[in-house]
Amino acid sequence: MYPDERVASFISENFIPARVHVREQAEDFQRLGERYGAQWTPTTLMLDSDGKEQHRVEGFLEADDFLAQLRLGLGKIEFNAKRWQDAERAFQGVVASHPETDAAAEALYWAGVSRYKATGDAGALSQTTAAFATRYQDSAWAKKASVWKA
Amino acid sequence: MEIDWRRDIDMVLGDARVQGRPVLLDFSAAPM
Repeated sequence: MYPDERVASFISENFIPARVHVREQAEDFQRLGERYGAQWTPTTLMLDSDGKEQHRVEGFLEADDFLAQLRLGLGKIEFNAKRWQDAERAFQGVVASHPETDAAAEALYWAGVSRYKATGDAGALSQTTAAFATRYQDSAWAKKASVWKA
Repeated sequence: MEIDWRRDIDMVLGDARVQGRPVLLDFSAAPM
């Protein structure tokens, strides 16, 4: 994941990157592993600026999938800070830039929720349901969005 | 480009708060 130039650039531009190594930092690994519930490697956490976990990736992913998860994590950070428009933009970016990844379906769902939170317009949710009719139909997120069908 | 991983996690968390930046915290067993 990390040797990929796109991944490295994205991380450097958007996060403070920090690493805990299971053997070389055994005490930190135990302490922080317990704090954040990380008992396996690789586990990658996206923390907001207050140190609160907002998203995690457990296990190895190919570069495109990992990039999509990083963008998804940034979207969740914006969403949980109630910055709805920034969140929607981030989630839409996942769908647009990484449409073939597992993260894209989740991002499509949260983009719709973000738009609803920003506008109060329930149409944002039914439009999301409609969008799932044409893509990611077999995903868990399509099932979750099905309840919003107009 | 190589990622400039920091190891001083407690300092990182303090810096994140001051800078208003998110943190990518990687629990790794990768060769160093």
